[in-house]
Amino acid sequence: MTQIFIRFLIGGVFVSAFALLGDLLKPKSFAGLFGAAPSIALATLILTLKTEGRQYAATEARSMVAGAIAFFVYASFASWLMMRFRLKALYVAVGSLALWFSTAFGLWYVWIR
Amino acid sequence: MQVKISASASTAWHEYAIRFLFGGVITAIAGIIARQFGPGIGGLFLAFPAIFPASVTLVEKHEKEKKEKAGFPAGSRGRKAAAVEAAGTVLGTIGLMAFALSVWRLLPSHPAWLVLAVSTLAWLVLSALLWVVRKRI
Repeated sequence: MTQIFIRFLIGGVFVSAFALLGDLLKPKSFAGLFGAAPSIALATLILTLKTEGRQYAATEARSMVAGAIAFFVYASFASWLMMRFRLKALYVAVGSLALWFSTAFGLWYVWIR
Repeated sequence: MQVKISASASTAWHEYAIRFLFGGVITAIAGIIARQFGPGIGGLFLAFPAIFPASVTLVEKHEKEKKEKAGFPAGSRGRKAAAVEAAGTVLGTIGLMAFALSVWRLLPSHPAWLVLAVSTLAWLVLSALLWVVRKRI
């Protein structure tokens, strides 16, 4: 339980720090880069390195490549929907998450499993 | 073509609290999933778009409020701003792939702190380069 709480705190701090950086930068398209900052990855990998070691962390990073490809597909689709149809950002961002899950797990199934 | 640092007066503390909460929850969930199903599945969540929905929603809200405060009808201005932010995130995800590849390949044979620092730099440099190239096209 303590481990989970520590993960929660460190993850929150990293994500907030990168979000703050993104908010401080202009133009918006450059600030948008920080929407894909490796904040959760850094928080998780630092903790994993402490508790499980390098090999375990490297295995997580390998799967993260698939997760990042899925993020690319998801963000491209969401961006296209917003540009093309001017839909409400929240609906597009949440509604398209199914695409992240299907791409990430699809890649895991064919490449990593 | 310039990148500027501006005061973040438009972001309220509760909006950072929401991001903190999202980031914390996803990091905790990634840890639980890795423990339950192994690092192969858990690692996928290291690139979960945790703050993307919150970020684009806040950008849309702020742009809409800014326009209305100036006495103009907001129209689709907020949604356009959110789409521009999302287009930037697409470029950031390419940098994120480079980060993951770098950690995966370098971590077993190099000091961990160095690998994380170099990989974070790789994310930033590649993302920024792609942004510059895209701006010029």
